[in-house]
Amino acid sequence: MTAAATTNHKPQTKNPLGWFLSEYLGLGLTVLLFLALAPFTPGLATSNNLLNILGYLLPLLIVAIGMTLVMISGGIDLSVTSIIALTSVVGAKLMTGDAGVPTIVGVLTMLALGAGLGALNGAVITLLRLPAFIVTLASMMFLSGFAIWLTQSKSIYGLPGSFLALGQRLPISLALTVVLALAAHLMLRRTVFGRWLYAIGQNATAAHISGVPVRAISTAAYAASGFCAALASVLLTARLETGSPVLGREILLDIIGATVVGGTSLFGGKGKIAWTFFGVLFLTVLDNALNLLSLSQFSITITKGAVILFAAVLDAVRSRFVVRSS
Amino acid sequence: MQPATNNQLQTTNNELLSFRGIEKAFFGVKVLKGVSFTVPAGGMVGLVGENGAGKSTLMNILGGDLQPDAGTITLEGSGYAPLNPQDATRRGIAFIHQELNLFPNLSIAENIFLTRFPRAGVTPFIQRGGMNRRAVDLLREVGLEIPPDRLVETLSAGERQLVEIAKALSIDARLILFDEPTTSLSERETDRLFALISRMRARGITMIYISHTLADVFRLCDDIVVLRDGEVVGSGATKTFTTEKLVSMMVGRTVSQLFPERRSLGKRGDEAEAGFATGAPLLEVNGVSQPGVLRDISFTLRRGEVLGLSGLMGAGRSELARILFGLDPRTAGEVRLNGEQLPRLSPRELIERGVAFLTENRRSEGLCLDASVGDNFTLVTLPQHGRTPLRWLAGASLKSAVERIRAVVKLDAKTSDSQPVRTLSGGNQQKVVLGKWLLRQPRVLMLDEPTRGIDVGARFEIYQLIHQLADQGAGVLVISSDMEELMGLCDRILVMCGGTLVDDLPRAQFDRERILRAALGTNQEAAP
Repeated sequence: MTAAATTNHKPQTKNPLGWFLSEYLGLGLTVLLFLALAPFTPGLATSNNLLNILGYLLPLLIVAIGMTLVMISGGIDLSVTSIIALTSVVGAKLMTGDAGVPTIVGVLTMLALGAGLGALNGAVITLLRLPAFIVTLASMMFLSGFAIWLTQSKSIYGLPGSFLALGQRLPISLALTVVLALAAHLMLRRTVFGRWLYAIGQNATAAHISGVPVRAISTAAYAASGFCAALASVLLTARLETGSPVLGREILLDIIGATVVGGTSLFGGKGKIAWTFFGVLFLTVLDNALNLLSLSQFSITITKGAVILFAAVLDAVRSRFVVRSS
Repeated sequence: MQPATNNQLQTTNNELLSFRGIEKAFFGVKVLKGVSFTVPAGGMVGLVGENGAGKSTLMNILGGDLQPDAGTITLEGSGYAPLNPQDATRRGIAFIHQELNLFPNLSIAENIFLTRFPRAGVTPFIQRGGMNRRAVDLLREVGLEIPPDRLVETLSAGERQLVEIAKALSIDARLILFDEPTTSLSERETDRLFALISRMRARGITMIYISHTLADVFRLCDDIVVLRDGEVVGSGATKTFTTEKLVSMMVGRTVSQLFPERRSLGKRGDEAEAGFATGAPLLEVNGVSQPGVLRDISFTLRRGEVLGLSGLMGAGRSELARILFGLDPRTAGEVRLNGEQLPRLSPRELIERGVAFLTENRRSEGLCLDASVGDNFTLVTLPQHGRTPLRWLAGASLKSAVERIRAVVKLDAKTSDSQPVRTLSGGNQQKVVLGKWLLRQPRVLMLDEPTRGIDVGARFEIYQLIHQLADQGAGVLVISSDMEELMGLCDRILVMCGGTLVDDLPRAQFDRERILRAALGTNQEAAP
């Protein structure tokens, strides 16, 4: 959490436990997992499968980036998958039919809607001082129900080709994700907003007394999360060629799990975009490999649960080491 | 009362409790230096002393919250070394605390029987009927006619205290300790409490009564023990004391701290050279009130002035500072800064206008403990380093700001800028909080207990920083429970008692006894 102001300190490179304490542990574990499973897993290391992994990874990473911002501020956003579903059907409704709007208008509307819903979450949480968990749980249920009601539970087809390209042309999705990740990374590390976000997550009272606009910044984090969910919705909707009111329903726990596996703290004040990338990568590769091994969906879920718990334990052990060695 | 070393036979006959040579140190600072005294069975002993004299530590040792470094306690003729509060309860010792320890979300009966609910046989189910019937009996004993299933949150402060006493009676307590029991009570509730205390005395319950309200101590207690700087400096029958004697015993320690020299206001060299008019009103507070907290507070902080705010715990000093900084609400009163009335008080706006506030809770309100030294230093002034439209941080200017302030507050050179603040010593942590505010170059600096838990060396450096700031034309408001500190540091001292300002002393009139009397609220009776 130290940026440009504090660079006269080299991380524990000489520490024998350096590799264990390094923030690249997540990446290392992913590579290890991949190398360990590749010989036994048919088709894991093929370029087709790697592209498949990437395609699945990108929308997940986009949502997880928003989740990282919210979790750094000390909150949580359970409504992301419902925002994905609602923006999917709203965007699809706008862009299809005889009076369909141009793709660019549809996409911008989706993004604005996502950001707006996120901001609403944030405003309710900060102004009414309610727990983020319960507010976003409520909006998850409300928005999800609303999306289904809006479409009468029907999927929407016939999206314009220019829109479908966003999700089906890998270079475009990749570019969008990389730009977002870089922007989020730089914002966290190098702007006043980012530093304030960490400060709020670490000690909201101290931040308030130090003149940090706690409510505005927290609300902005939820708005960013909503925006990210909407962007993921653009990619997913385009990839499936469908505006679906149940889009993304099953990925909520993957998103939270990946963010936590990466090392972002559920208690706030700690987290990095790079960590989240490692977490998403790890969980995606694991999921993919287990699928290729033709394990049942149950055993895959069981394994993922165990891995997330293991990651949490590992993180707790590591932070104890870090405290002791400093 | 007998000194503990007196005739063994005689004292064991009637003593209930005796402390012998109790010592306790925190982080190398001795807060109890061999405390010995006895409490006779059935007696009532008043324990008095200034804030920080060691009363609370002694009581925490008795209650099993802390263990002494040396010394023994004897209870009813046998050794007593409690390791936890349950041990104290088992031996029949109960505490009525300053801050009441009840659970507002539970009923009266549940609070009374919290640690030993009567159960139906071996089942885990609580016998509600039996519990409530017992509670009714206990409540009647303390004079409360309230159904035992009422939630504690619906009770007044006085009623809650009676519930605490009922809880003490429910464990058949033989020794009850009262720690400032009347601070939150109305006059009628206080009378009711005192009546109950005499009934309990008639039943042979022994009591220790800690209070700053000396009149109550004189009225209630048989014996008085005076504690100062962790030592018993006087003890004996109440009738051998007078208020004057008690106060001078409480304050009469010799000056042991060093303070930087303070030239008196207005004689501080060439004002034109300093670039400001020393003594011009800077912060004007007019009639600030908040029911139950503050009543009609008015004062003026001048440029170049170090203004002390003295008073006992609960007098409203911290509350005043918190209200002035917009952290707590107020119902009345206006605040002017440089003659301009402030419409709304909020930390953000006040910081913008150059007001800074170091709170008394360094760890919970001053620092982001897991963040680095550098990040903590720059938290307040961060926007100054990010003035572009995207609020991009200028790394070089941040870094130089951190280096500059490190030197100013003389932060331990062994610490790195990227080290988490959690790993620093208390003194260095406080320097980080102070540095955070000094980087803002405040015009008004409010400091709440700036040297609490800090060693003498770091203290001196903090005092120097306070003087430097004042010499540059800022106004500094210092809240402290350490009277030596205020007298050594300040140009003027205001004294608060019960939410009002009761005295205002310029440096030439500093007088420990006068300040303490004012803080105790005994000014009228003690005045000639």
